[in-house]
Amino acid sequence: MKFVDEFRSNEYSKLLVENLKSITCNKINIMEVCGSHTMAIFRYGIRDILPPNVNLISGPGCPVCVTPQSYIDTALELSSRKDVIMASFGDMMKIPGRKGSLLKKKAEGADIRIVYSPMDCLIIAQENPSKQIIFLAVGFETTAPMTAVTAIEARKKGLSNLFFFTAHKIVPPVMEALVNDPDLNLDGFLLPGNVCAIIGTEPFQFLSKNFMIPGVVTGFEPVDILQGLVTLVSLISQKDPRISNDYKRIVRTDGNPKARQYMDEAFNLVDSNWRGIGKVPKSGLEFNREFEEFDAIKHFGISYEAYDGGSGCRCGEILKGKIKPTQCPLFKKLCTPENPVGSCMVSSEGTCAAYFRYYKEL
Amino acid sequence: MCLAVPGRVLSIDGDMGIIEVGNLKRSVFLHLTPDVSVDDYVLVHAGCAISEIDEVEAKITLDILKELAECEIRR
Ligand code: SF4
Repeated sequence: MKFVDEFRSNEYSKLLVENLKSITCNKINIMEVCGSHTMAIFRYGIRDILPPNVNLISGPGCPVCVTPQSYIDTALELSSRKDVIMASFGDMMKIPGRKGSLLKKKAEGADIRIVYSPMDCLIIAQENPSKQIIFLAVGFETTAPMTAVTAIEARKKGLSNLFFFTAHKIVPPVMEALVNDPDLNLDGFLLPGNVCAIIGTEPFQFLSKNFMIPGVVTGFEPVDILQGLVTLVSLISQKDPRISNDYKRIVRTDGNPKARQYMDEAFNLVDSNWRGIGKVPKSGLEFNREFEEFDAIKHFGISYEAYDGGSGCRCGEILKGKIKPTQCPLFKKLCTPENPVGSCMVSSEGTCAAYFRYYKEL
Repeated sequence: MCLAVPGRVLSIDGDMGIIEVGNLKRSVFLHLTPDVSVDDYVLVHAGCAISEIDEVEAKITLDILKELAECEIRR
């Protein structure tokens, strides 16, 4: 298919690997922020072909993994209400809460539906006027505009039975928290391509201006990732802390202004809790006054306090790149994708799940 | 959940469009890409087009790689 096959070319990949090996530099740590990058890097075996001095660390870029357990517990509680239909992305279904998971609740009879898009909720709301529909709105800048558009469409259609339990987060502030962490020694970032499609490259300039760390925006096919790594490793070796856009077919410098306009229309920036990382200032999105009629927390009068969970789970250190999943004593033993202990094992984009599927003991 | 796929726009009706991804046809929201036309390529994430694919930029990237590959063969 156009724009897929060419960027999976073996010939180009080989060439880029050769290029990468020819750049000399010391031992370096590169973080891929985005969960889809983590998955793609494993799927295409990119770790196995990297020069030994290049260490890839998987960051906190999987929205399911960074959602605190308290969110799941509250969702479980809401799903027990007889007048509620809950709608969620499939990845959320298996996250363990204190009293099981949404999947378990569904098996017990709760009306929980897996949707592909927040917009599917419009149809559910129309077809079920006597029920209250709650969408579990998680996701980064790539997904938040869709929640905003869905709310606007619901208003246009005069729907008054659709609500959103929001846990939207934005990426740049958590990256700032990571580079400020003295235990982490990051030399460069592979920047999240889909997030940049919305917010552009400007919000990442602080990396080069304040921290002298380069970043490269790149896509998700093997050629994209390898090309991004060639650029990033060259920038690191030349001590050039630039933010380079190597995904120009998708990402414009100013991102997608229309999408940001929808986000600004519906949301306020608030402090937000990241599982395992804690509270990060101004890293979450909450409906503003204009849109509060859609806010499930307000509508159902929920008191919602954030806490992490998963006893023994080391997701926090994994999301910060401090340890690898293989260093967690529960990995592959008590914790598997079928029976996940922590959220990093649940989503297919989670670091522990990626290691579980693809990591071979060396 | 963050997977995004490229597809071609087959038809447009207001804020909605039908796009073709591989052999599949899907109805998607076009709110975030109001300027697309039929036959354009878009990146689709969770039922919504999030970005137009710039074919010129795609070609530039591929041309650079092609050139590199040819240099390699000549060496
Ligand atoms: S392997 Fe399981 S328990 Fe260990 S950190 Fe990962 S998700 Fe948590």
